[in-house]
Amino acid sequence: MDPVRGRRGFFKPCKLQALAMHPYATDMYEGMLAETVMLQGYGGDFVNAYFARPLGPGPFPGVVVIHHMPGWDELYREMTRKFAHHGYLALSPNIYYRFGHGSPEDVAAKVRGSGGVADDSVIGDAEGSLRLLKSLPLSNKKVGVFGTCSSGRQAFLAACRLKGFDAAVDCWGGRIVLSKEELTPKQPVSPIEYTKDLSCPLLGLFGEEDQNPTPQHVQLLEQELKKYGKMYEFHMYPKAGHGFFYHDRPAYRQEAAIDGWKKLFAFFERYLRGPS
Amino acid sequence: MCTGIVETAEVSGSGKGPQGWFKLEQVNVSYDHPSDAQLEHALNIDFVNQNEGPSARVAVELDPASARKLVEAILAALSRGEA
Repeated sequence: MDPVRGRRGFFKPCKLQALAMHPYATDMYEGMLAETVMLQGYGGDFVNAYFARPLGPGPFPGVVVIHHMPGWDELYREMTRKFAHHGYLALSPNIYYRFGHGSPEDVAAKVRGSGGVADDSVIGDAEGSLRLLKSLPLSNKKVGVFGTCSSGRQAFLAACRLKGFDAAVDCWGGRIVLSKEELTPKQPVSPIEYTKDLSCPLLGLFGEEDQNPTPQHVQLLEQELKKYGKMYEFHMYPKAGHGFFYHDRPAYRQEAAIDGWKKLFAFFERYLRGPS
Repeated sequence: MCTGIVETAEVSGSGKGPQGWFKLEQVNVSYDHPSDAQLEHALNIDFVNQNEGPSARVAVELDPASARKLVEAILAALSRGEA
């Protein structure tokens, strides 16, 4: 029985397995379910989440998709479905749930005016998402975490502060390297200080023209990763700045985005679907 | 980048949002990613009433030069009106 909705999808298992591992062929069966679900997050609170998954018996790897500062928006729903399209159980928790409800940009503005969302709250929601994904009978028990911009930072934090992720992707996460003056009650620790606790391989995608993280910030993080012998893979794209995946923004850089998604999926395939 | 740069002030007055006029209690001024303006960063101004939920908001997203013109225009109008 379907663990989330209590119903089965129509599928052809052999074809679906191929779907997860290889590019599409026109004779493949394709199916996806995408919907809002509830999960237990930080402090035991129930928060809503957007869950997209391929139909079929699996097992599938999972990805926790942490949305960016501009909100739990259409772009992140697209990205969540993109992961499902590539054969992942993709779960995007609404980390702004506690700030109320309205249009994504209105809620994001409220969060911005409130000084942002607390790191502890995001980590709690990421932990709840990880727990839910691993509990599913459809799961292959491997889960990654992904984020861009502020959520790239949060994906890195989650991979450091939580045990159980098998791979992490940080796309241009800023504010990983913070001075004492930049710390706030909601962000009380500079994330780079957690590097020694990183518990899984890390992929980082960055733009050479980004102001935060600057290439110097990325170098500092890389030095820490080397210092503690962590597995990581960083790519710095020329002629790209912050947010080069965002096809609805002027920061979009087609060549870097296409290559970045390829590298991202190759990374997740290696660590989330490959042999243990 | 996500700058996290935000300044807030208590204000009183009225704003017109999607549900009509509402009482303003706070303005949030940030220099960060805009939602709609095709800029990497904008000077975002949100007039809000936190007690009426996230949609009680009047928002503008300006490029920095426009924001400076707005500041000058406000100060000029105030100066003439209060003279």
